[in-house]
Amino acid sequence: MSENLRLQVEDFLFREAELLDNWQLDEWLQLFTDDARYVVPATDLPEGDHTKDLCIISDNMLMLRGRVNRLKSRHAHREYPWSRTRRLITNVRVHESGDEVQVRASFAVYRSRDASGRWSQTDCYVGEYHYVLLRRDGTFKIRYRRATLDLEGLHGHGAVSIIL
Amino acid sequence: MMRDGLIVDDPERGVFRVHRSAFTSGEVLALERERIFDRCWLYVGHESEVEAPGDYVRRQVGGRPLFMVRGEDGEVRVFYNTCTHRGALVCRRDRGNGKVFQCFYHAWTFNSRGELIGVPDEEGYPASFDRREFGLRGPPRVGSYRGFVFVSFSDEVPSLEEYLAGAREYLDLVADQAEEGMRVIQGTHRFHMRANWKLLVENTVDGYHVAPLHETYLEFLTTLVGSKSEGSTGTQKSLGNGHSVHMNTISGVGRPVAAWYPFFGEEAKEEIEEIKRRLAAKHGRERARVMCETMRNLLVFPNFLVVDFAGIILRAVWPIRPDYTEVLHWELVPREEQGARLQRRLDNLLTFQGPGGLANPDDIEALESCQAGYAVEALEWNDLSRGMHRQPTPSDEMTLRVFYRQWHARITGAEGPVRLEDFDGAGETA
Repeated sequence: MSENLRLQVEDFLFREAELLDNWQLDEWLQLFTDDARYVVPATDLPEGDHTKDLCIISDNMLMLRGRVNRLKSRHAHREYPWSRTRRLITNVRVHESGDEVQVRASFAVYRSRDASGRWSQTDCYVGEYHYVLLRRDGTFKIRYRRATLDLEGLHGHGAVSIIL
Repeated sequence: MMRDGLIVDDPERGVFRVHRSAFTSGEVLALERERIFDRCWLYVGHESEVEAPGDYVRRQVGGRPLFMVRGEDGEVRVFYNTCTHRGALVCRRDRGNGKVFQCFYHAWTFNSRGELIGVPDEEGYPASFDRREFGLRGPPRVGSYRGFVFVSFSDEVPSLEEYLAGAREYLDLVADQAEEGMRVIQGTHRFHMRANWKLLVENTVDGYHVAPLHETYLEFLTTLVGSKSEGSTGTQKSLGNGHSVHMNTISGVGRPVAAWYPFFGEEAKEEIEEIKRRLAAKHGRERARVMCETMRNLLVFPNFLVVDFAGIILRAVWPIRPDYTEVLHWELVPREEQGARLQRRLDNLLTFQGPGGLANPDDIEALESCQAGYAVEALEWNDLSRGMHRQPTPSDEMTLRVFYRQWHARITGAEGPVRLEDFDGAGETA
């Protein structure tokens, strides 16, 4: 049962990663509940709480839709042209309680872009995902999605301009 | 080689230029370290970050490792983070609380007042050895204004208050928004950019770039509010000693203190009106209006910025190499804000600010792009003459000229007063 759940969650995460790596952001937005939140804590406060601490990203759905609209524009200069990204997701652990599935997984997101025409720059964002998923229509919806970075700072990254 | 004239400043002809080697030369950076960072007041942190006795935060300031600690006596002190014995870093975490600081190399132990209180096997030292000579050392000058703690590595600086000059009024406008004082919350934005440090200083007090560069942020606001922003009104001011403020009012942007817009939700409307009324009762209508409705980007020369926009960000900008810079953000909030009210503020700030905001990443992209452009040596100068002939508007480059005049006078060791304004009376009217 638990192994079956883990496989279902992995399929869901891999599908999500594919949407993000393909920049299918409108489809990606459909994965969320209306009360969802997407959080990236500050690098010096991995346990950061978006209700009282400074985070890097803390999006409600209004803001997340704004983020996606922006990324689809050619005026999102840090992401025009879009970076090439590759998400590696592993060590997936699941725990179901009530109608929620708690998920933890390790990630490495590689982002490559040649902004100045001089060099190919690849940044790596490494950390742990925490999802709260709800079972809906034979699949899942995301109610909470947190990408906690293991980095001590965004050295060289300069920004988190992609979706982690 | 550093050339002689790094700026051209000719108000009569309306010419102001900065030579691009100012952003690429290691020799210029060495001069900046010696004549600016070693001789100005530099921001370390906010007193609220070390609330309780024994609380400490570790910082890198002007290339030196420091830590700020509140002593058992309640006093906030700043120490060089190096053991007086053989040099190891005494404080090895970004923040925490400790009764004592013990060096991990030979276990010399210091109290929160910096006194050396423990030396293992002390009998092994000659009779002349005196613990009192080995207390932790600190920068020669430490000062605090409204909770903002600064240090200077030179003894020959005016008092912090005198140095801050007109910037004090704008720090007051931030600090006075709180009923129960301001505090820095936990969580730091820490990122690097591949561009010269001065480019981010410029960018933070430059209004000219906002409409073109941040189009996607302005679109976000338009979608939110349902109508396009009507542009901005405001001004720029020279505040003395190279400090300046860029002030404007943009319709359609909300401020937690205190201007409502739809992002805050209908339920917040009355509470925000109430904040405004309370501030008006306490500070008078006009001062309350400036506090509540104007965005103020303040530069404290050389590298400390207080951006009071969608929330309040404290930004420090540190050069690492001519083309590589560390940026730190802390967020300042009124102590009385809790729960939904605090959440509103935090969410609102992140719409614009920080490495994940809808605007900041484009600033970094633009500055790295400028830096890449400086590889073209055939184009030698940046032009910063915009608005040089008129009373400054928010989209002029007056704040940048104020910065570079001070910068240039310091790195060239020029004697005499530095020109504060483009022409007599500029920036007199708000």
